[in-house]
Amino acid sequence: MVELKGVSKSFGMKRVVKGVSLQIPKRQVTTLIGPNGAGKSTLLSLMSRLLPRDEGEILIDGVPLESYRSGDLAKRLAILKQTQHLNIRLTVRELVEFGRFPYSQGRLTREDRQQVDRALDYLELRGIQGKYLDQLSGGQRQRAFIAMVLAQDTEYVLLDEPLNNLDMKHAVQIMRITRWMVEELGKTVILVLHDVNFASAYSDYIVALKDGSVAATGTPEELIRSDVLRSIYDMEIPIETVGGCRVCIYFTGAKVSGL
Amino acid sequence: MPVKPRRSILPILGLVTAAALLAVCLYLFVPLSGNIQYILRLRTLKVLAIVLTGASIAYATVIFQTLTNNRILTPSIIGMDAVHQLFQTVLVFFWGTTTLQFAQKQVNFILTVAMMVGFALVLYILLFRRDGTNLHFLLLVGIVMGTLFTSLTTFLQVLIDPNEYAALQGSMFASFTRVNTDVLLLAGGFTLPTMLYGLRYLRLLDAIALGRDHAVNLGVDYGPVVKRLMVVVAILMAVSTALVGPITFLGLLVANISYHLVDTYRRAPLIWCAVGVGVFALVGSQFIVERYLSYSVPISVVINFAGGIYFLYLVLKERAAW
Repeated sequence: MVELKGVSKSFGMKRVVKGVSLQIPKRQVTTLIGPNGAGKSTLLSLMSRLLPRDEGEILIDGVPLESYRSGDLAKRLAILKQTQHLNIRLTVRELVEFGRFPYSQGRLTREDRQQVDRALDYLELRGIQGKYLDQLSGGQRQRAFIAMVLAQDTEYVLLDEPLNNLDMKHAVQIMRITRWMVEELGKTVILVLHDVNFASAYSDYIVALKDGSVAATGTPEELIRSDVLRSIYDMEIPIETVGGCRVCIYFTGAKVSGL
Repeated sequence: MPVKPRRSILPILGLVTAAALLAVCLYLFVPLSGNIQYILRLRTLKVLAIVLTGASIAYATVIFQTLTNNRILTPSIIGMDAVHQLFQTVLVFFWGTTTLQFAQKQVNFILTVAMMVGFALVLYILLFRRDGTNLHFLLLVGIVMGTLFTSLTTFLQVLIDPNEYAALQGSMFASFTRVNTDVLLLAGGFTLPTMLYGLRYLRLLDAIALGRDHAVNLGVDYGPVVKRLMVVVAILMAVSTALVGPITFLGLLVANISYHLVDTYRRAPLIWCAVGVGVFALVGSQFIVERYLSYSVPISVVINFAGGIYFLYLVLKERAAW
């Protein structure tokens, strides 16, 4: 379990995360949603020690984040940030092999190779494993990075806006993969998503953030409701149930305050 | 798009190494006439200094570019060249050109290294303490400090007696003629252990090349590792600059040539290749300057001319990679 107790973070004078306390359940897809600047990505970076926090405590399986050696934590928790630009030219396979770095420091063992093969197979990248990342489409590249995280074989997988710049088909594919990681591999996936509907369709648990604080938490049934979303996004969002899934119709008809 | 498999790297590494060795042999034995024992001793000394310098600069530059995730920066950007220039100028300004003469060479060498490493450490300590490991801020402050030192240097040089200035100018260009045995031993004593120490971090550098976030995710203890490697870079640059004068331009050239020659992301072969190319380029240029141009041209001109042409060729040929 990932547990946050009164976590705060400021950039200069701006407090981006304000005393957030949370318990993120194991073996579920947990999604962080909220408007731009709510502190979602920052919170994810704090949980994964990419950013140092100013206050509060973060526990991974009951142990404070800083008690872990960085190398050990890398075997337990993996994070993928949203910018996928690399300064070096790598093939898909080489990138995925980096996922084994915490275990073998670049000297791959047989087990490492098997894990890499498995990750490539899971994400259907075997056929293009020799291609360079800069030759791939956005969806393929995103899958390659997720394969790297998968090869890292961690219990916790944190993904920061994995659907950015992806078309419908690839977005759905990535979300299916995250579901599958939880259901078949027993991982705990924590995502930052912009699209409420993807959060609604694929999450077990949703954390809504607003202005650096937790505005609401709950299952999609509890959270994807007009009154809850109004308080988070400051707009009227009608909700329909289509095929058993709650869908937010936020494109038209909603009155945005101030317009 | 067809996928080209990576070129195998061993033949290229072998070729580069052979070329470097060949250049060294050429320098040592061609032409061989007169007092052979004396000539060989003199040339060995010089060639060792050249190899040491070429290797340090290539090694330091590849590490520095990996840390900064940038292939057009050289370590001189943190202002160490400028510290060297300023210190030499201050010496001449206050104590005259005699301080640059033979007797004080060791003292001058140690003081210069101490000044440069000291400057880099102060910069690191001040900035890393305040701001974690914000390398770009460090570079920015380095550029500003470098400019300040360069201006001070120019100011002092304007005030110096013209004769002394002429003597001072000699130390402003890279030259292997003023290396002597004691200084060389000192330089080797600083450089070799530093390079060996740096080898421990080669594998971590592969992950650091992915960028900070990926490196941290993969369990690299990013802050401490970067700090230690920056100290390695500072020592290597300081020693090679104090030994032969400012020569950082070489690093940019050999590092990029190595990236083009060796088709890999791994730092170990890249550094090996850069060191080989560095040694080849420096020894080769010194050979030409000494035996064919009779010292009429500074070595930097030869390297920049030949290297620059080759570099342009690479850029034009592999434009897609940029």
